[in-house]
Amino acid sequence: MIDLSGVSKRFPNGTLALENINGHIGQGDFIALLGPSGCGKSTLLRLIAGLEQPSKGHIIWQDGSPRPGEIGFVFQDSTLMPWLSAADNVFLPLKLRGKNKAATKSQVITALDQVGLKDFAGSKPAALSGGMKMRVSIARALVTAPKVLLMDEPFAALDEFTRHKLQEDLRRLWRAEQKSIIFVTHSIYEAAFLATRVLVMSARPGRIAADIACSIGESEDRRIAPDYIALVKQLSDLLRAESLA
Amino acid sequence: MPVIFGIIGLCLWQGAIWITQTPAYVLPGPIAIVTAYFDDYGTLNAALLSTLTVTFAALLAATVLGVVLALVMAASDLARAAVQPWAVTLQVTPIVAIAPLIIIWVNQPFLALVVCATIVAFFPVLSNTAAGLAATPHDLLDLFRLNGATRLQTLLLLRLPAALPYFLAGLRIAGTLALVGAVVAEFVAGSGGFASGLAYRILEAGYRLEIPRMFAALVLLGFAGIAIYTALGLFSHLMLRRRDA
Repeated sequence: MIDLSGVSKRFPNGTLALENINGHIGQGDFIALLGPSGCGKSTLLRLIAGLEQPSKGHIIWQDGSPRPGEIGFVFQDSTLMPWLSAADNVFLPLKLRGKNKAATKSQVITALDQVGLKDFAGSKPAALSGGMKMRVSIARALVTAPKVLLMDEPFAALDEFTRHKLQEDLRRLWRAEQKSIIFVTHSIYEAAFLATRVLVMSARPGRIAADIACSIGESEDRRIAPDYIALVKQLSDLLRAESLA
Repeated sequence: MPVIFGIIGLCLWQGAIWITQTPAYVLPGPIAIVTAYFDDYGTLNAALLSTLTVTFAALLAATVLGVVLALVMAASDLARAAVQPWAVTLQVTPIVAIAPLIIIWVNQPFLALVVCATIVAFFPVLSNTAAGLAATPHDLLDLFRLNGATRLQTLLLLRLPAALPYFLAGLRIAGTLALVGAVVAEFVAGSGGFASGLAYRILEAGYRLEIPRMFAALVLLGFAGIAIYTALGLFSHLMLRRRDA
């Protein structure tokens, strides 16, 4: 689906954020980009989204460059417009593509239903909790049926309870839709719980230090599964080694 | 609480006048000021109306001018470089210095007063709106880019609504500045013999040593300033509450 070939990114101030990133993201992959703060995880996500251009290398979309709406992006903050209702926030990407509100109403409601907020369609963001705002943000990213969902530490600012709940919901959503997801996080536990593959990044300049496939069975309670605990240990060791390198 | 302090202050002021037997032409007490107002309320109210007419016309013009220039500045760096220095120059030039020229150049007295007051009042609207347009959250701008938004869509659906709180804060400052500009312009025009507004009545009362009447006009100006500031604050509050609630 997406091939990364020798991708590097140097900012105008001379900082080398990413160096020689190679890899392949397949259809239906749930990839966690894991690494310490400042290692270039978000930069890599922005490069994949086309919001920035690589200084070297190529990002190749095998089905051709994505058109507007074919990339769903969820930011660290919910970034909702406070003057729009939840439904209107979700409708926004469709509106920008010239879609009619009445004709896409069911699409908007379906997206809100996917994140469990159908009953809050008319609520303004000020009336929603942090977790609910993030759900609306996810619904907004899903409403255009994107090829790939890019998520930049979306749960980092949430409390532990809400984070766990949203992680479970996101995983359920991914299993139902089999959408490709690239999820940036600096939490080992989050990466191990969510992903089918974890790309461990080194400290700046960011490189892919390890590409680890996760094999935790879907039928198990993932947070206490032996494979999950082993994966957490493996990721911890890798990150420790990277931080000492 | 401010009302209680005001009443205490007025009582102390009147008491000091009685005790020290200060003549009214040096410092009139509150009772003399109120009496002077009721002796000449027709003229003073007409003058207040005239000043307020200039003030509101100038506020309207300042709002249109400030917003249009802010949009021009937001459109390109070249436009910003072209507009900003002149706007700042106009802001730092004392209106007292250029009002006589404006009154000569603009042959119509009312229009000349409005031009002077507009010059004083437009800068807060311009600078605040420009700051608001520049402070649009980057994540939302990225979201619009990912969904293929046009410049016009980004302006109308994102940048203008996001700049609203900044614009309203500027409008609140501009309201009182428009009053100050109107009064200054009336002083200059009044010195040249053009009878208009409260400033002219203050000049006239000063020439005739009718100090209580002069104070009555000053008090009316003070109340007008407070009323404008409060009304615009309330307007701002209602607008934002209606938008976000």
